[in-house]
Amino acid sequence: MSSTETEYRDLKSAATSHRGDRVFNRTVTLAAFTALAVLAGIAVFLGLQTIPAFESQGLSFLTTTAWDINTDPPTAGIWGMLYGSILLAVVGLVIAVPASLLLSIFMVFLAPKRVATALTNLIDLMAAIPSVILGLWAFYILNPSAEEWQRLLNQYLGWIPIFQNTSGNFLGTPFIAGFVLAIMMIPIITSVSREVLARTPPDLINASEALGSSMWTMLRYVALPYGRGGIVGGVMLGLGRALGETIAVFFVLKIVFEVNWYQIIESGGGSVATLIVSRFGEVSGEFELSLLLAAGFFLFVMTLIVNVIANLIVARTGRLQK
Amino acid sequence: MATAEFGSLDEVGEVELMDSEVSAPVRKETEMSARDVSVWFGKRKVLEGVNIDFPKQTVTALIGPSGCGKSTFIRTLNRLHELIPGAALAGSVLYEGKDIYDRDIDPVHIRLKIGMVFQKPNPFPSMTIRGNVLSGLKLSGMKRSDHDDIVEQTLTSAGLWTEVKDRLGAAAGELSGGQAQRLVIARALAVQPHVLLMDEPCSALDPASTLKIEETIRELSKDVTIIIVTHNMQQAVRVSDYTAFFLAAENEPGHVVEQGATTEIFGNPQDQRTLDYVNGRFG
Repeated sequence: MSSTETEYRDLKSAATSHRGDRVFNRTVTLAAFTALAVLAGIAVFLGLQTIPAFESQGLSFLTTTAWDINTDPPTAGIWGMLYGSILLAVVGLVIAVPASLLLSIFMVFLAPKRVATALTNLIDLMAAIPSVILGLWAFYILNPSAEEWQRLLNQYLGWIPIFQNTSGNFLGTPFIAGFVLAIMMIPIITSVSREVLARTPPDLINASEALGSSMWTMLRYVALPYGRGGIVGGVMLGLGRALGETIAVFFVLKIVFEVNWYQIIESGGGSVATLIVSRFGEVSGEFELSLLLAAGFFLFVMTLIVNVIANLIVARTGRLQK
Repeated sequence: MATAEFGSLDEVGEVELMDSEVSAPVRKETEMSARDVSVWFGKRKVLEGVNIDFPKQTVTALIGPSGCGKSTFIRTLNRLHELIPGAALAGSVLYEGKDIYDRDIDPVHIRLKIGMVFQKPNPFPSMTIRGNVLSGLKLSGMKRSDHDDIVEQTLTSAGLWTEVKDRLGAAAGELSGGQAQRLVIARALAVQPHVLLMDEPCSALDPASTLKIEETIRELSKDVTIIIVTHNMQQAVRVSDYTAFFLAAENEPGHVVEQGATTEIFGNPQDQRTLDYVNGRFG
């Protein structure tokens, strides 16, 4: 009769009534918040540094391209560097994404087991090359031959705007820097894509083959859509590396304080990270240091924005094929 | 009738009832046939000397204990077997008067004419329900413009149309196991196969879904030739016109012990092993 009046019991506290669990939960929670605190600390520290830069330059720090510190008043703007970072990343992606996808498809679906294993190890090794070594290699080995390719590109495809070159100088171009970035991105994107493609359920591959698919249509309609999210994630990991890369780019890119919009085989370009490292050693005083830290803050903001966009892309590509 | 043989089965009533629904097979033209088919995986021979004729627009059940080579055999009939590394084959499979393993035969053409439904429902998760039905056209590069008609027709044949007609754009992953399996049947039908191979299509499904699929199979057999692997004796009796009993002795390749009209195999088997198996005494 009184069954409607049974006592309400809160079971939430029961879930953590075991002492060991409580200790564990708190440790894990603390660790998680520490990571967040470090991130917030960096953001606040860098954010504070942007104040002097904005006080002297205003918004033009973001929208103009100049670095004349010793004039009175000094002018500084990093637009060309911000844009340059993106241009390098795009050049890198255009080279790295198709190469990585073909490589991972070959490893998963075509290569004999032994070859695939050997390739996997080689590519992991590639990821382990320190970027300073890559930079040196690019400076001494890649530069001379890349100069020749770019001349050929300009000679035969010069009518396409991106292959214009007016200075006749083919060194220190965004193309070479982007190529080096591609070499750094390929191992990351390949290893993630390979992992993802190898997980295509055999059931789906069977179904596809039973419906008369070719290798290409199976990849196009079954395996790649299945792995889409993971592959885009891998590309974003690579992109993150490309945007922040400093030293390798420092060796091969000529930093110029003009915006190079699209002429990827024209000498001179920009990169925030490389600007910072190239100025840091000979910084003229407190004020320039604050400008560099402010540049760092916006590099940080830019990578955050790219990550958010990347997440949106991942969410959108989850859509179904009609 | 040799119903006495069914005495040891619990479902005697059901078997008798369903038995009468399966019309006595009349002599029909042969759709495809296996001639002396032997199969190897690497050095291991798993199937020996299989000879079966599959008459047009009938259902043939392949029964036998696990590991006797039924599934392997069915995969040789649409050249899926050869996609497994180390797979080898002797003998021939005749379809449209030719050996499908002839050098000048395109395996893709064969797989389009001889469709397949697998044990586990495997719709493409990245596609909608509609996208799944039409996927065979995309995958094989087949050009057809009447997409709406194909979707309605095949889903109707597979007994799924009324359940999904209002949500064709929904993800295929939202369907239940039984619905997913019927979607997969619709998908196989969309490329207009002449033969449909089914490898234990109901083993992952609940009894109600199983019944629906069996109705679908009976309905489909008016147009296509169906070859079904099943471990369910009652299912074989309910849906098939002909039955072939496969058996493998220990460490020996599987072979066909007995084959014939389903009523004969279950009602009046000639071989003691068949009798034991259909009565559930082993396997």
